[in-house]
Amino acid sequence: MRYTFMRRVRRGGTVATLCATTFALTGCGRTGTESNLSQTALDASMRFADYDGGTVPGGPGAGQGYAIGSTATAEAIATLNTDIGPGGAELPSGSGTVATGRAVYAAKCALCHGANGEGMAPAFPRLSGRDPNAEGFKFASDPKLPHTIGNYWSHATTLFDYIRRAMPHATPGSLTNDEVYALTAHLLAVDDVIPDDATLDATALRAVKMPYADRFVPDDRRPTAKK
Amino acid sequence: MKKIIQPAALTRRDLIASAVGTVGGAIVAGLPTALSGQSALSARPSDPVHALMHLGGTTSPLGARSAFEAPTRAPFGETTGSSYTPLQDLAGNITPSDLHFERHHAGIPSLDPARHTLTIHGLVDQPLSFTVDDLKRFPQVVRQYFVECSGNGRGAFRDPKPELTAQKVAGLLSTSEWTGVPLATLLREAGVQPAAKWFLAEGGDACLLTRSVPIEKAWDDAIVVWAQNGEPLRPAQGYPMRLLLPGWEGNINVKWLRRIELGTQPWMTRWETSKYTDPLPNNTARRFSFELDAKSIITSPSAPDTIPTPGWRAVHGLAWSGRGRIARIEVSTDGGTSWTNAELLGESQPKSTVRFQYMWEWKGNEATLLSRATDEAGFVQPTRSALIAERGLGTDYHFNQVVGWKIERSGKVLFHGET
Ligand code: HEC
Repeated sequence: MRYTFMRRVRRGGTVATLCATTFALTGCGRTGTESNLSQTALDASMRFADYDGGTVPGGPGAGQGYAIGSTATAEAIATLNTDIGPGGAELPSGSGTVATGRAVYAAKCALCHGANGEGMAPAFPRLSGRDPNAEGFKFASDPKLPHTIGNYWSHATTLFDYIRRAMPHATPGSLTNDEVYALTAHLLAVDDVIPDDATLDATALRAVKMPYADRFVPDDRRPTAKK
Repeated sequence: MKKIIQPAALTRRDLIASAVGTVGGAIVAGLPTALSGQSALSARPSDPVHALMHLGGTTSPLGARSAFEAPTRAPFGETTGSSYTPLQDLAGNITPSDLHFERHHAGIPSLDPARHTLTIHGLVDQPLSFTVDDLKRFPQVVRQYFVECSGNGRGAFRDPKPELTAQKVAGLLSTSEWTGVPLATLLREAGVQPAAKWFLAEGGDACLLTRSVPIEKAWDDAIVVWAQNGEPLRPAQGYPMRLLLPGWEGNINVKWLRRIELGTQPWMTRWETSKYTDPLPNNTARRFSFELDAKSIITSPSAPDTIPTPGWRAVHGLAWSGRGRIARIEVSTDGGTSWTNAELLGESQPKSTVRFQYMWEWKGNEATLLSRATDEAGFVQPTRSALIAERGLGTDYHFNQVVGWKIERSGKVLFHGET
């Protein structure tokens, strides 16, 4: 931090110039003449944005906030917050069968994603189908292998969350929870993740394990420069 | 008026005629009106002598580019897709805001700043909402960073066709000066509970795009920005506010930011599962590979240029890394057999682009120009074959292979991607 500060001072000219130009906003005036200005005070004055409660002159003081913004009520948050995490704790009530999902899909999804989820390149992605060449998660070998729900996605909750927030593409947010359960069931059944006679509700969806959930690994890129 | 007239042949009568032809304006006493004079100036080349001999254009509410310059993004007209920055037409580091690349998943929303808010909730002591006006009352930071789509370079990696341009090879990259409030400041206002380890950022576009971010990034350098290059954000860049996570893949810099939820673990959204994960040859895929790797591209010369004559020229381009400053940029003029340090034009700033140049004498023979960046974290740009060996041709993001340009004896410049 001190290093950054020194560089800034050098780039901006003299300390006095900096203090003068930031005078209106900073603690420069408060600490007396410019020449008396302590390094610490100026350092802090240059970094209002680092305010952490009490150490920066000009801030509201220890343990205090700026009190800017308004309280977000529980109701307001509830209308915004629709996300479903991987544990599925937030899943709503409702349910849907594979058979219902097939019908909803034909009515509301097939026009873009194709009757069998085969997609329409390049705009509308393929959703379904487990290419035998991709089984075993061999995607690095061939860019043409399709990343479909059954052979690539790690969590069934993601499908529910995404369909509910983003699909159908032109009229997102228009599906009922029952429809989203049914569509999720249909798309999982097409890719042999769940049986064709399955019904999904919150409990059943939480229990779905995706075939390749264990294939996702953390970032392990390492520096490559020769020392 | 498209006809090209050599400056020497240009007469005052030509200028007037062109004004008439373009605007159909009247000629007053043999002189163009101010308006027609302006279009005469912008419609065709004029030599310095004749430019002095008639009145120039007027002031105007918004500046326009010279009619001799016409940089454009491409492709365009997509709601789910991208437009690329014309890197070959740029100078310096900053991308003009109207040329900043675009990548949208459900079109560009039109958000009224008076009604748009950012709500912070979840594992906080006090859930809060902020308007843009609220944001402006907090202490601001002004910083220069690039934004790059992590799919940038996919085409050049998988299918390095000679006709690719700098725009197509690397145009999902742009650099701006951003103004905003550190996310840390907003989180301190709300009071983050110790259990919070991740946050979810959600956009206010039609797909309510969501990405999970480790909380450390908030305490490090994340910013909620509302301005870009001296003015409020462009709609395509997230107006009225977006998340800026310096050095991290474009998609996670959530535009039209409307909600931040603090939680204990990542949400595993569609944009961190089906997309933005990187398949690897050992039949796994990297997830949460946020940083953009060290990278560079020569933008002049570049395809489809033709170098007209042998002689000296400044070869220049851009280098950048999501892990900090560019420590070194090298240029090869012999296809990678030998490398020489190039000059950084100005100070390399962390997680921003830096322009480099290298003085080169083209002697009229075949040559292959390449550039290779090393960042301060010790990452070096790999060749394409090294990247394929490490990640496989089917890997989907983070393409930072060395690329360049082949110069034919005719001076014709072609993309050289098979490094
Ligand atoms: C108007 C065309 C259209 C309709 C109708 C439509 N979609 Fe989509 N869908 C898209 C587009 C475009 C995308 C890609 C969005 C992106 O790239 O971010 C997409 C993406 C998806 C994805 C993610 C695919 C992946 O690999 O990440 C799923 C799942 C999906 N749609 C399901 C549905 C369902 C279920 C319906 C019916 C309720 C539906 N879609 C209706 C256009 C459509």
